[in-house]
Amino acid sequence: MWKWLHPYADPERAYKLSGTLFPWFATLAGLLIAVGTIWGLAFAPTDYQQGDSYRIIFIHVPAASMSMAAYMGMATAAFIGLVWQIKLADWAAASIAPIGAVITFIALFTGAAWGKPMWGAWWVWDARLTSELVLLFLYLGVISLYASFEDKVLAARAAGILAIVGVINIPIIKYSVEWWSSLHQPSTIRITEKSTMSTEMLYPLLINIAGFGLMIGAITIIRFRAEILARNGMRPWVRELAKAEEVK
Amino acid sequence: MKRGISFTQAFFTLLQRDLKIAIRHRGDIFNPLLFFIMVVTLFPLGIGPEPQMLARVAPGIIWVAALLASMLSLERLFKADFSDGSLEQMLLSPQPLAILVLAKVLAHWILTGVPLIIIAPLLAVLLNLDGNSYGALISTLALGTPVLSLLGAIGVALTVGLRKGGVLLSLLILPLYIPVLIFATSAIDAAGMNLPYDGQLAIIGAMLVGSLTLAPFAIGASLRVSTN
Repeated sequence: MWKWLHPYADPERAYKLSGTLFPWFATLAGLLIAVGTIWGLAFAPTDYQQGDSYRIIFIHVPAASMSMAAYMGMATAAFIGLVWQIKLADWAAASIAPIGAVITFIALFTGAAWGKPMWGAWWVWDARLTSELVLLFLYLGVISLYASFEDKVLAARAAGILAIVGVINIPIIKYSVEWWSSLHQPSTIRITEKSTMSTEMLYPLLINIAGFGLMIGAITIIRFRAEILARNGMRPWVRELAKAEEVK
Repeated sequence: MKRGISFTQAFFTLLQRDLKIAIRHRGDIFNPLLFFIMVVTLFPLGIGPEPQMLARVAPGIIWVAALLASMLSLERLFKADFSDGSLEQMLLSPQPLAILVLAKVLAHWILTGVPLIIIAPLLAVLLNLDGNSYGALISTLALGTPVLSLLGAIGVALTVGLRKGGVLLSLLILPLYIPVLIFATSAIDAAGMNLPYDGQLAIIGAMLVGSLTLAPFAIGASLRVSTN
C-alpha cells in the first residue's frame, strides 16, 4: 500500500524533489504574505476597541499558530524517524527545529509589543504566555541536544525522543485560554462554526497564516537540502553535484 | 529466551541494589538535601525577613528549591552504572527495560524525594508558611516529586553519554517541570486562603499516573540511544 512512498526515502531523490518544490513554496509564501500583510495593515477596518494597534494580529497570530504547527511537524517527523528508521525524517525534524524556535520568538515578541498598549505590560505570567515560553525552551532543548552529539544518527534519535515528549505542551498552549481565566483573549478563528471576527479582518489573517505556513515550508526545504548534503558528503551523487557546481 | 527470574524479583533486586549502593555512599543522599536547605535559606537573606512576605512566597521557594535539588541529584542517576558498564548489562538482560528503569527511578525517589518531603515542613516553619497550607505542601510534594524523578530521568537518560551534560540537562528538564510547579504552588496558595485544592491535587495525581505509565518507556528508549 505504501510502496509508492518508499522511493522518496532515497536522499538523492528527496533532494531533487525538494529542489523542484522549493520555488512553489517560496513564491506562494511571498505572494500570500505580501497580500495578507498589505491588506491587513492598510485596508482592513480599524478595530472599534483597540484602534489601529490591533493590526499586529496579522503577524502575531500567524506566527503563534505556526509555532505550534511547526512543532507538530517536527514531532511527527521525529516519530517517523524513530519508528520506521527513516533518516530523511530525522533530518527534516532537525531542520524544522531552529525555524520553529525563531517563529516562537517572533510570536512572543509581537505579543509583548501588542500587550504593552493593550494590557499596559510587556509581559504577564499568564497561562498562554507561559506555555508559549515553554515551547521556546523545548525548541531550544531539541536544538542543543541535537548539536551536542557528535554522531548525528544518535543526535537525531535523542532529539526526537525529547521532541515527542514535548508534544504534551501543544494542547496546553492551544486550550490554555479556555482552561484558565486568562488575560489573553480567546481564539477568534473557528473552524467548525462562524468566527467571532469580521470577515474583512479574517480574510487577510487567514491569508497570512497560510503564507507563514508556506514560508516555514520554504525555509525548511532550504535547511533540509543543506542537511541532506551535509550528511551525504561522501556519496558519489553529492560529489558529482559539487563538481558540476565548480565547473560553473 | 528464558528470563531466569520473575519481573517482581528483577524489580526488587535492582531496587535493593541501588538502595544498598546509596547507603554505602551516604554523601549522595545528604548533598541534595543540604542543597535544598541552603537554597531555601538564601531567600530570606535575599528578599528580606518580613514574615508576611516570606509567608506569601514560601510555597514557590520550597517548590523551586525542590525542583533544583531533584535536578541536581538526578544527574548521577545513571552515571555510575554507565561508566562501569552495568547499565549495558541491564540493557542486554532479558528483563524488560521499563521495569528495571522504574526500579532505578523508584530507588532514586526514595533516596532523594522522601527526605525532601520530611524536611519540607521544617523549612516551611522557617519561612512562616500559613498554618492551613501544611497539608497541601506535604501532599503536593508527595505526589509531585515522583513526577519530577520520572520526567527528569528522561533527560538524564538522553544526556548520560555526553561529557558535558549538566547545563544541557537543565534546559531539557526544567520546561517539563513547569506544569508540576504551577499546579503545586497554586494548590498551596489555595489552601492558604482556605479554598479547596483537591482539583490541583487531582491534576498532579494525573501527571503522576501518566508519567508512571509512559516515562519508563521513554527512559528506556533514551538509554538505548545513549549507550549505542
